Amino acid sequence: MKAFLMHRDCDVDLASDLPPAADAVTQDLELGTLLAAMAAGDDFLLGRARRAVLSSLANPDAIIYRQQVLTDAIAHPDVVREIYDIAVTAIMSEKRAFFGLLSTSPDAIMYRSVQVLEMFTGMLKRLRAVADEHAASFRSEGFTRFFGMLTSELDDDYLHLVEGHLKELGFRRGTLISAGLGRGNKGLNYVLRKPREQSWRDRIPVGNRQGYSFGIPDRDDNGQRALADLRSRGLNGAASALAQSNDHILAFFTMLRAELAFYIGCLNLRESLAGKGEPLCVPVPSPAAELALTARGLYDPSLSLMLGGRAVGNDVAADSKTLVMITGANQGGKSTFLRSIGLAQLMMQAGMFVAAQSFTASVRDGIFTHFKREEDATMEKGKLDEELSRMNGIAGQISPGCLLLCNESFASTNEREGSEIARQIIRALLESGVRVVFVTHLFDLAHGLWTGKDGTALFLRPERRDDGRRTFRLLPGEPLPTSYGPDLYRQIFTAEPKAAAVSSTAVAIDR
Amino acid sequence: MSFQSILFERAEDFADGDRREAPSFFADLNLDQVMVSLASGRDEYNLTPYFLAPLHTVPAVEYRHQVLRDLEDKDVRGAVTGYAQGLAEMRKYLALIGKLHDRYQRERWFLDAADIYCRATESFAERIGQLELRSRGFTGFREYLNRYVASDDFTRLAAEARELLARLAEVRYCIHIKGARVRVSAYEGEDDYGADVAETFARFKQGAVRDYRVGFRAAADMNHVEAQVLECVGRLYPETFAELDDFCVRYAHYVDDTLGVFDREVQFYLAYLGYIQPLKSAGLEFCYPCVSQTSKQIGAGDAFDIALAATLARDRPAVVCNSFHLDGPERVLVVTGPNQGGKTTFARMFGQLHYLASLGLPVPGREARLFLPDRMFTHFEKEEDLQNLRGKLEDELIRIHEILRDATSRSIVVMNESFASTTLQDALFLGSEIVRRLTDLDLLSVYVTFIDEFAALNEACVSMVATIVPDSPAERTFKIVRKPADGLAYAAAIAGKYGLTYQRLKERIAS
Repeated sequence: MKAFLMHRDCDVDLASDLPPAADAVTQDLELGTLLAAMAAGDDFLLGRARRAVLSSLANPDAIIYRQQVLTDAIAHPDVVREIYDIAVTAIMSEKRAFFGLLSTSPDAIMYRSVQVLEMFTGMLKRLRAVADEHAASFRSEGFTRFFGMLTSELDDDYLHLVEGHLKELGFRRGTLISAGLGRGNKGLNYVLRKPREQSWRDRIPVGNRQGYSFGIPDRDDNGQRALADLRSRGLNGAASALAQSNDHILAFFTMLRAELAFYIGCLNLRESLAGKGEPLCVPVPSPAAELALTARGLYDPSLSLMLGGRAVGNDVAADSKTLVMITGANQGGKSTFLRSIGLAQLMMQAGMFVAAQSFTASVRDGIFTHFKREEDATMEKGKLDEELSRMNGIAGQISPGCLLLCNESFASTNEREGSEIARQIIRALLESGVRVVFVTHLFDLAHGLWTGKDGTALFLRPERRDDGRRTFRLLPGEPLPTSYGPDLYRQIFTAEPKAAAVSSTAVAIDR
Repeated sequence: MSFQSILFERAEDFADGDRREAPSFFADLNLDQVMVSLASGRDEYNLTPYFLAPLHTVPAVEYRHQVLRDLEDKDVRGAVTGYAQGLAEMRKYLALIGKLHDRYQRERWFLDAADIYCRATESFAERIGQLELRSRGFTGFREYLNRYVASDDFTRLAAEARELLARLAEVRYCIHIKGARVRVSAYEGEDDYGADVAETFARFKQGAVRDYRVGFRAAADMNHVEAQVLECVGRLYPETFAELDDFCVRYAHYVDDTLGVFDREVQFYLAYLGYIQPLKSAGLEFCYPCVSQTSKQIGAGDAFDIALAATLARDRPAVVCNSFHLDGPERVLVVTGPNQGGKTTFARMFGQLHYLASLGLPVPGREARLFLPDRMFTHFEKEEDLQNLRGKLEDELIRIHEILRDATSRSIVVMNESFASTTLQDALFLGSEIVRRLTDLDLLSVYVTFIDEFAALNEACVSMVATIVPDSPAERTFKIVRKPADGLAYAAAIAGKYGLTYQRLKERIAS
């Protein structure tokens, strides 16, 4: 019994290590916001979404297998959520049965096993019913196989057989235990006592000894358990454990839940984004060698999720480009654009939809990010050292066919030296077959690359309208030696009336 | 005047007592790490408000210096620590009561707590009576404690608690369980059934065998069955339990307020002494600084970053100490030099020295003359964050503007590597404007920058340079010395160290 909804021919990976770059990519691309939207407050969904998004598929065919399953899920969200809920309920009920017990006495283990098996049987029947009702309307290879399996493995004869095995067992006898008062007046030194000659039943009517009685009502489960626990403390010597035949069924539900969790996450994300009118598309994964990268209306879904309105989309035409340089003023939407490319590539290679009107890109063997960071809190490294140390880590893992996204890398030293370091690294990466998207305000660097450019490099910069306003849109263009420091300084440090004169200065610089 | 507080001689010295959140400069100076380390393991004392309440007068600082000198004696420290442990145990019991519902159980924990309180307080008074104390704080406290322990209220409490505990320890009872019925009676000497069984089969014993007993949860609370059993025990021993009821009513508020406050406040000293002990053992020096509310002629010899030292002390012992002084009109330490040269650490150290001095604590250094500021401000570059949609440079300028608006001539400002994310041109313009405004305010400050020009801006500026080893540019001494800025930066050498030159990087990716 295998679900096989994430991969055509194997279980989804539950626990192996994520790629070494995963933490950096998560932080740099603000992946947390996207994953939170997929999770919708559910920690399990969060974990599965994180693992799926960061464990990129490198094979276009494997990507398409998932895209088709996801397409079915989007067409029948209620059915998919119902199957998921069945799996979750089964697992949670099993867990509750476990944690609801305070002791591990043989009585308790037997009681629990019967309960859990009864519950599991009910859940398997529900799964069968879903398959009977809905299998015909699903189209994807993944779901078709899954429903077929349920119908054949969980046929009526089998379910009947399982029910026949469910039985109850219980035995009781009177027990005499002595105790004293410990800290907090809690019972101390429980010792099983041997009643004197006559049986206890014979002694009670005699009534020559002072004593007080109480009973535990039948419906008081906690009381029954507490009493069993008390007795176990006294007995604590004779226990025979029962086999745990429920483990295999639990493993099936666990895998089903883990695989569906990814699609539930996609449904959640889709509801958030499509709900506010953002476009989503099924991306076209192309072979690595084709060097495709074309998008219309590409936006940063994490940013969009945080904004009230819709995010600004960008068009990209970077087919056959190995280097995309993004230059220009602060606050022009460069970092956002960089994140939108990284997220689109990751989402495509996870088998998800992409935040764009259309998106076509070659699959990459790995996705790496190198973003400027705040100083290392452990204090042992300076900023440049920290940046180089991270790039050193990337250099140790990156291979031809990967994608590297850089955001203001090597800006922590002065402009001349930062440019020189970056130039050498970019050149080595490009010649090795790594695709690089690089955001920088290092004019020296951008200008040098522009001067020596050939057909494999694309240069983008933020659009600035004539009135000086920023549109957060990027357009192809030569890097400009502009800066806005004095402009901002006067705006912030001088009185309001002068601000009007200042913005016209900025326009003059821009031109 | 009678004793009030071991931290504040005058109540008005605790003017900042309501502050609950760390000021923004804490993170920049890594004082947040220091505060967390100090508070760790001492959560129940809530020391944070004390760490957040700097003193503003010389007498208030001297009051603490005296107390700390007494606490340097290990016998004084031992007596104080022993008392703290006793009261911590007591509070653990009292905290339990809040979570419990059963009367006899709550009352017994209360009795146990009172007994611990009495024993700990008696023992503390006895120990501290034999010690030589010099500080105004501790001599005042000892006088108070002696009067309290000799009082009628206290001696009666201690005697009654002891007697009642002895009576409860004598209680023995039996529990009989049959089905859902439970009967509780007095223990009448019935034989130990387990021992009986063991004896019966002792003749078969061949050697050591596995222990099959189940381990039981040792919870402090009771389930309702245990509680009902206890209720029955109470009816079996009515006089003993009536006395328990009575005790709890009469001594409901037995903890003395002044002792309670002392117990919490003295932890502030112990926490700091505990924090610096490993550093002193590693050979680092601490001193009681000479503080002033007026003189800006400040300086320190062989001082160091306490947070960095605490991190290094765990790993390796090499901490570099630095000295500085400001004379005459000098106010601003302008720190330049290669990246990873210890500039940031120096800036932190400067801020930490002043803050720790204003807490009345020994500061990390051989000697120090320091200023008691009205407020402190820092500006360290922040990581880019999507939550903040303003441009980086604009954001930075706004924050600096806020600092310059709020700072007075009695403030201390520490700025680290501002404008690193803008162009060289902008950084030059903005930096000189800021430094000029700092010197106009006549306040004490440190300005860390990669731009040499500021070091000689005016007579208030003093140039400090991070030195390097001439033959090995990638190596760092972390020594910051007073000398003219020399314009050296060694970024390329560091790139080589990480194997990120063009040639090396190509070889690495190919392999």
